[in-house]
This record gives sequence, C-alpha cells and structure tokens, in this order.
Amino acid sequence: MEHAIIAEGLRKRYGDTAALDGFDLRVPPGTVCGLLGPNGAGKTTAVRILATLLRFDAGRAEVAGFDVARQADRVRYRIGLVGQRPALDEALSGRENLVILGRLFHLGRSQARARAGELLERFGLADAGGAPVRTYSGGMRRRLDLAAGMIRTPSVLFLDEPTTALDPRGRNEVWESVRDLVRAGTTVLLTTQYLDEADQLADRICVLDAGRVIAEGTPDALKSRLGGDRIDLVVRDARDLATAAERLRRVATAEPVVDPDRRAVSAQVDDRAGALTAVLRALDADGVTVADVALRRPTLDEVFLRLTGRPTERVDATVEVPA
Amino acid sequence: MSAATVASPPGRPSLAGDSLTLTYRALAHWRRDPGPLAGALAFNILIVLMFAYLFGGALQVPGGGSYREFLMPGMFAMTMLFGISQTTMAVSADAERGVTDRLRSMPVSRLAPLLGRALADMLFAVVTLAVMLLAGLAVGWRAHGGPGDTLAALGLILLLRLALTWVGIYLGLVTKGAGAVTAVQTLEFPLGFLSSAFVAPSTMPAWLGAVAEWNPLSATVGATRELFGNPGWGGEGWVAAHHPLLAVLWPLALVAVFVPLSLRRYRALGG
Ligand SMILES: Nc1ncnc2c1ncn2[C@@H]1O[C@H](COP(=O)(O)OP(=O)(O)O)[C@@H](O)[C@H]1O
Ligand SMILES: [Mg+2]
Repeated sequence: MEHAIIAEGLRKRYGDTAALDGFDLRVPPGTVCGLLGPNGAGKTTAVRILATLLRFDAGRAEVAGFDVARQADRVRYRIGLVGQRPALDEALSGRENLVILGRLFHLGRSQARARAGELLERFGLADAGGAPVRTYSGGMRRRLDLAAGMIRTPSVLFLDEPTTALDPRGRNEVWESVRDLVRAGTTVLLTTQYLDEADQLADRICVLDAGRVIAEGTPDALKSRLGGDRIDLVVRDARDLATAAERLRRVATAEPVVDPDRRAVSAQVDDRAGALTAVLRALDADGVTVADVALRRPTLDEVFLRLTGRPTERVDATVEVPA
Repeated sequence: MSAATVASPPGRPSLAGDSLTLTYRALAHWRRDPGPLAGALAFNILIVLMFAYLFGGALQVPGGGSYREFLMPGMFAMTMLFGISQTTMAVSADAERGVTDRLRSMPVSRLAPLLGRALADMLFAVVTLAVMLLAGLAVGWRAHGGPGDTLAALGLILLLRLALTWVGIYLGLVTKGAGAVTAVQTLEFPLGFLSSAFVAPSTMPAWLGAVAEWNPLSATVGATRELFGNPGWGGEGWVAAHHPLLAVLWPLALVAVFVPLSLRRYRALGG
C-alpha cells in the first residue's frame, strides 16, 4: 500500500456552500499529515468523509487500501476517529467506556477488558480508570478519547482538532500521545487551526481553504517556499514606529506589517544579514532606539496570510459548527 | 501486548451481539446514574397519588364504580407514554455528544444502536409497570380478571410502550437538544390528555371525543380496563366495541411506520 489515505477530487455541497471543492490528498503510511485551515475551511467535512461518516457528491477516496464508499465496513475495522469534541459516556468510567467500545469492535469479553487496561495504562489513566468520566479534566478526556480511537490499533487515525479548548498542559499531553501512536506505525490525519500544532506534529502540512488544498509540503519547505526570513523590530518610543517602518521598507521584499500595540514592525527580507545591518545602521543615524530586534523564519500564520491574502481567523472553540 | 489482541481476525458485525452490547451500555449508564430514572418513577407515583386522592373525589365514572379502578389502567398507559422522553433524550444526546458518529465510524451493525436502545427502554418499561402495579394495589386498584386476562392486559401495555419507543427513537434522530424536549412534550400532552385515560370521551365536545376515542392510547386503556375487569366509560360505537383489536393494531401500525423511518433517518445521517 503506497498511500494510507488517498482523496481525489472530493466534492461535497451543503446547499450553496461547497464544503469541499475538489479536495486532493495523499498520505504515505506511518506519517502525520496536518490539515491546516481556518474555521469553515472544510477540515471536518474531509475527515467525516474519509471516516465513512458522510457521503460525498463527487470524487474518490481510499483509506487503508479500501474504497471509502464501497468498502466502508472494511475501512471501519482499520480506522480510529477522534472527533472535534470527546465522544464519551460521561456517567461511565473510563474503563467501562473502553470495554464497551472494545466489545463493539468485536473483541471477546476478556480481550476487551485486557485491551482497556492496556490503553488506560498507556495513556496515563490507569489510576483514574474506575472513576466516572465526568470527573476527568479536559486533557484526561481527550486522552481517553484518543484511547477510544485506538482500540484496534487502527492503521489510520483521524484526529479532528484534538487540542481545541485544551490548556497548554492538556495540549502537551495530547501531543505526546500522538507521537507515541506514530512511533507505533499509525498513520495520522490531524486537522488543526493551530499553526504551531501542525508544525510540531506533522511530517507534511496541507493548507486548506474554502474546500481545497492550496499549498502542501513539509513545514520547513512551506515556510521557505512562501517567503524568506523576516526581521522583527520593536522600538522604544511609539512615535518612532513610522520611521522604523520606512527604514525597513527600503530593505524589505514586501510591505512591512506594523503592530502599534507592541510598538513592533515586521517585514520579509531576502539578504538576511545585509538587510539587518543596513536597517539598524539607518535607525541609529535617525536616532531611533531599538528595544528589540529578531531575525526569524516566518510563522505559519504569515504563510497562511500570504497564501490566501487573508489572516487566519482564530475562532473560539465554543462557537464551532457541531461536527 | 496488543499484538495478540489486535492481530486476531476481526469478529463480524452481529446485529444481536452489537445490540446487546449497546443495551448493556444503557443499563451501565442507569446503574451509574440512577437519578433520572428514580425521578421518573417518583413522578409516576406522584401522579397516581394526585389523581387518586386530590382530583379523584371530584371525578365521576360514567357507569358508576370506583374512580381509582377506572384510573389505574389509564395511568399504566400514561406512564408508557411518558417513557418516550427518556428514549428521545437518550437518542438525541448520543447524536449530540458525537457518540452516534463514533458508532457509525465503527464496524457496528446499523440497526444495533436503535435496537439496543429499544431493548434497554423496554426493560425499564417492565420495571416501571411493576412499580405502577404496586402503586395501584396500594391505592385500592385490583385486577378482577383471570391470570390470562391480566397477563394479556400487561402485554398490551408493553406493546404500546414498544410502539412508542420507536416513535421516541425517531424523534430523537430528527431533533436536537431543546428541540427534542419540545417535540416530546408536544406529542405527550395531546396524546395523553386527549384520551380516555382520565375522563370519558363522552363528556368532551363531540369532535374532541371522537379524537380521544380513536387515540391509540384510548384503545390500550379501553382494552386493559376490560381485561382487568375495571369500570370503563361505556360507549356505544364501533371503536368502543373493538378496543382489544385496536390495542393490537395501533401499536403494530406505529412499529411498521416508525422502525423503517428511524432506520432510514439513521442511514441518512451520512447526508
Ligand atoms: N451539516 C452542514 N450543513 C450545512 N453546512 C455545513 C454543514 N457542515 C458543514 N457545513 C459548511 O461547510 C463548510 C465547511 O465546514 P467544516 O468542514 O465543518 O469546516 P472546518 O471543520 O474546517 O471548520 C462551512 O462553510 C460550513 O458552514
Ligand atoms: Mg471542524
């Protein structure tokens, strides 16, 4: 099997909205693909189609070597799905949740129990396994949800915004679990609105906008293809901001971005060292005091802005369209 | 570890096995969180006491006879009706919490989540009915027919619940959150009170009386009153003469309509 996930020209409309509009994807086995896009880009729609939950209007998709539309049951034995919100029985214990799901994957009674024990252990929930899920923290719920997606050691695991609404600690816990799974050979398709998350976890990133992939590559390749390095300047006195922007414009390859709140200006440059020296020299001559200066690679936020001409919207998890 | 467990060939989706697992899930839920069920039972008992002691004095049975004897068959059917909310809420909550999606992404037989739900709710209906029989005996109600008649009456009451369970499943699949509550109440109140459960249709305005007579609930109530040997509201027409027949046909018709509707709706969740 050359690719664990193949999508070709997938289309899905809801009334006038094209949720997916010619979506193409190829994910090699054992890798993590990050599907990155703002709210409404079509990430959940793509995951639901690939996880056999949603019919589509046109195109073709294969997961773990089987056709999603025609061999759905075969696909279902080989995937795990962790949706945008934990799909757990709050009243039941973590262990009960896993045992019941194991039985529904047609493990025998004792197999299901053993598997639940293993997974609780592996996701650091052994101590909390007997307590009702409603007593769990957000990070614990997410980990249990991941464990629930892992009952049969899926060859392909879908994670739809796995860390949305988690605090940094919960997020780290989930990231660690995902890395463990990948080490064990699982292919992961992960959607996210967090650029650092894709950067942290993904081997390849696909940037999704309005239902189609608009850019694809390794995090590093994407960054270097979509603009060179950037200079960030912070001036001590807000009144010098315009001067700093003007000086930076002369060495920059694109219009500088000014952030008055931080008294900062940032621009993309070609010749890193030369540009930095020139701009600092000019500002020194102008008598402008620079409080901070940095030469850095572009963030994926900036990549997205470049690709779409629009900034990413970071929308609160609480206002999301239900999956 | 998992190598052995997971490399084993997958079992097959089995409708019976998957349904029982999901029934077990509902029972585990109740064991962990018995509050709502206990609340529902308490509510039913409260209604019995209310009608028996509070309103009972003011209400007359048309043909004469004890109001409590007249009341209880109506109460049995009413509690089966109130059971719908539990079904609808559970189905709608599963959809909302993403549990339905998880099950649909798994190799679980398609009918199993619905069948598992129906089975669990029928088990609870048996418990509810047992509690109601005790409550009835406590307020002076008696079954005067033979054991066969009594069993037949209990069977008809549970048959009604089975039909209503599928109505509830369908409502749970087509509604969401607060909408589910509204849908159930919109159904429960007219169906419950526009029936012969508490008052005789003959005392209602003619057209309401006709609606109440034809109400599936009235068929079950009428048939069980006859089988228990409890006073009924009399009545002359064809409907009154055919309560047992209607008490069988109505639920079967509802099942025949709402099982396929629910299944179709469940499949259509894949848009
Ligand atoms: N069930 C639905 N009915 C109507 N429109 C929908 C539905 N699901 C998604 N959409 C629309 O399709 C587009 C893509 O949605 P989605 O896949 O949820 O995006 P994302 O997960 O990237 O936020 C959005 O415009 C959304 O409003
Ligand atoms: Mg989404």
